[in-house]
Amino acid sequence: MEPFKKVKSIITPLDKVNVDTDQIVPKQFLKLVKKTGFGKFLFYNWRYDEKEKIKSDFVLNDSKYDNSNILVTGDNFGCGSSREHAVWALLDYGFSVIIAPSFADIFFSNCLKNGILPISLDPKIVEKLQQQELDKIEVDLETQIIKTCSEEISFEIDPYKKKILLEGLDDITQTLQFEDKISEFERKSKVPSVL
Amino acid sequence: MGKTLFEKIWESHIVIGKQNGPSLIYIDRHLIHEVTSPQAFDGLRMNKRKVRRPNLTIATMDHNVPTNDRSLPILDQTSAVQIQTLEKNCKDFGIKLFDINSPNQGIVHVIGPELGITLPGTTIVCGDSHTSTHGAFGALALGIGTSEVEHVLTSQTLWLEKPKSFEIRVEGKRKNPHAVTAKDIVLSIIKNIGTGGGTGTVVEYRGQGITDLSMEQRMTICNMSIESGARAGLIEPDETTFDYLRGRQYTPKNYESLVDYWKEYLKTDSDAKFEKQFTLNINDIAPQVSWGTNPGMTCDVTESIPSPDEFSKGDPNQKKGAEKALEYMDLEPGTPIMDIKIDRVFIGSCTNARLEDLIEASKVIKEQKISPNVRAMVVPGSQMVKKQAEELGLDKIFINANFEWRESGCSMCLGMNPDILSPGERCASTSNRNFEGRQGTGGRTHLVSPVMAAAAAIKGHFVDVRELGLS
Repeated sequence: MEPFKKVKSIITPLDKVNVDTDQIVPKQFLKLVKKTGFGKFLFYNWRYDEKEKIKSDFVLNDSKYDNSNILVTGDNFGCGSSREHAVWALLDYGFSVIIAPSFADIFFSNCLKNGILPISLDPKIVEKLQQQELDKIEVDLETQIIKTCSEEISFEIDPYKKKILLEGLDDITQTLQFEDKISEFERKSKVPSVL
Repeated sequence: MGKTLFEKIWESHIVIGKQNGPSLIYIDRHLIHEVTSPQAFDGLRMNKRKVRRPNLTIATMDHNVPTNDRSLPILDQTSAVQIQTLEKNCKDFGIKLFDINSPNQGIVHVIGPELGITLPGTTIVCGDSHTSTHGAFGALALGIGTSEVEHVLTSQTLWLEKPKSFEIRVEGKRKNPHAVTAKDIVLSIIKNIGTGGGTGTVVEYRGQGITDLSMEQRMTICNMSIESGARAGLIEPDETTFDYLRGRQYTPKNYESLVDYWKEYLKTDSDAKFEKQFTLNINDIAPQVSWGTNPGMTCDVTESIPSPDEFSKGDPNQKKGAEKALEYMDLEPGTPIMDIKIDRVFIGSCTNARLEDLIEASKVIKEQKISPNVRAMVVPGSQMVKKQAEELGLDKIFINANFEWRESGCSMCLGMNPDILSPGERCASTSNRNFEGRQGTGGRTHLVSPVMAAAAAIKGHFVDVRELGLS
C-alpha cells in the first residue's frame, strides 16, 4: 500500500444519504478476479442510463470535478454489501479522501486497507464543505487538519490507523510478527477443526 | 459486573488485547465464496504465503452459479472464470470446496449451519456481509472485505476494534406466527432503528419473541442485522440450538461435552450492561412490505405509501432520500400497499430459502395458480434444502402453481447470475436488500416474507396474509 500523502484538491459533493456499495459498484462488475480497473464502473448506474449513455445531471459527469480527489457525501456511506470492489473503484477513479457524517463499518475498514482516508465529521460541517464550490481544500493526515480557504477543521482518527495509512504498512506483515502468540492461542483453543 | 454473551466470546478469542485501538482476534471458522476471494488468493501468491489453517476454511460457490440445469455449461464467461478460479485456488491451497455438483453446495450462510460447521461460541468470518446469519447459533459472525479475507487466510486472525453491545428485546407473542414471521419482526426492527441504527455495535436479540423462534427463523433475524448497520447479531444458544446441530455431517465428535460447556458459559449474565437498548413488542405487528430503496423504508401491509414528509420526520436528508426512492420505485404517496401490482416473485436468498420458509410458502398455494401476469421462482438455499423439499413434495406444489423450481444459489437476491429483473419490473422478494438495481438494473424490489411473496404471486398484488387462515 502507498503511504498516504497530504491531499489538496477541490471536493466532489455527492449529496445523498445511505449510499450503498451496490450503487458504488453494481454487481455486474464483481465478476472480475483482479483489483485493478474498477474506476470506470464507479457509480455506474448513476453515471450511465440503460443505453449506457452519460447522464448529464450526475455530479461525477460534470467535468469541473474531473481532478477532484475528495468525495464529500451523506450519512451511512458505504452501507450494505461488504464488497471491497467499492473501495477499489473509488481509489482507481482518483478519490483518496471521503468525508461524511458517518460510514458503514465494513466499508470504513476496507478504505483503510487500501489507503483511502475516511473522515467522519459533524453533519453541519459536512454540509458546509459540500457547498465549497471549486476552492481547493487541503487534507493533512499528519496534523489531522482540513484547511479550507476560510477555516481549519480538525478530525479524529485512531493512532494505529493513522500510522498504517501514513507509512503505507502491510497489515499482514505486521500480524505475522506475532506468530508465536497465534500459535500459543491455537494450542489452548478448545474449538474443534471443521475437517 | 457481569458480561454479555458477545463480551465472553470476544474475550475468549483475544490473541493480543489492547485497551485502545484494535485487538488481534482469533477466527475459528472461515467461509469463502467465488466473488470476494480471488484477489485475496492473488495476494497470497504474490507474497509466497500459505493458508494457515485449511482445516478451518470451507469454500463453496453461490453468488454466480446459474440456477437452471446443472448439466449445462455456464454461458457467462466471466462467471465461469470466477468459478474456475475458486476451484483452482482451493486445489492449490488445500481448501475443502463444495463445488457446483456437490450435494452440499448452496448459499454459504445456508450450508454452514446445515452441515454443523457453524458452532456456538465460535468466531466466524466470510467475505460477505450476511455472515451475521451464523450469529443465530450464539457465534460472533462478521462480514469482512477481501483484504481481511487475505489476512485471515494467512494468519487465522483479524485486527478488530471492539464494537459496542446493543440489546434488542423482542417481547410478546404473535397472534398467528404463520402469517407474521421472523422476517416481519426483523423488518419492524430496522424500520424503527433505521439502516444506521446498529452501526458500530454487535446486537444481541433477546426476549420471548426470540426464544420462541426455530433456528431457521432465528437465522432470518440475525441475517438482516447488517441491514441496520450492525457489525453482527447474535442470540444466546439454548436447547433449540443444540438440538438443531446434533448429528449433522460436520458436527464435532465430542459434541455433547461441548454442549455442557456452552450451557454453562455461553449466556449473558443477569447483571451485564448493554451500551444501547431497544425493545419491540410483537403482539400486534403486521406483515411488512418495503416500499423504498433501503430496508428501513418499510411499512405494514395494511398501510399506504408514506409521503416523504411523514417518513422523514423533519430530517431534510431523509426526506430527499425518500423522494428519490419513490421516484425510483415509481410509487405515489397515499397508494395502499395492497394496490401495488407486481410482475415477479422471488422466493430465495440467505434470508429466506431454508426448508421451513419453503414449507410455509407452499401452504399459501392451496392448489391455486399464480397470477397470469406474474413470473415467480423458488430458489432453494442449498442442494440439501432442495432435496428435503422434494422429499416433502414441495417442488410439485410450486410447479403445479406455475412457479419455476430452481437449483440452489444466491440467484436474484443480487442478480450476479442470469436471474435478474428487467428495467421497470416490480418484484416481491424474500431477500434482504431493496437497493436500486440490486436485482437488476432498473428493477424494483419489495422485501417481504415467504408467505407474503407466495400470496402476492397468486393474487398479482400484495395481500394481508393474516386473512388467509394459515396454520
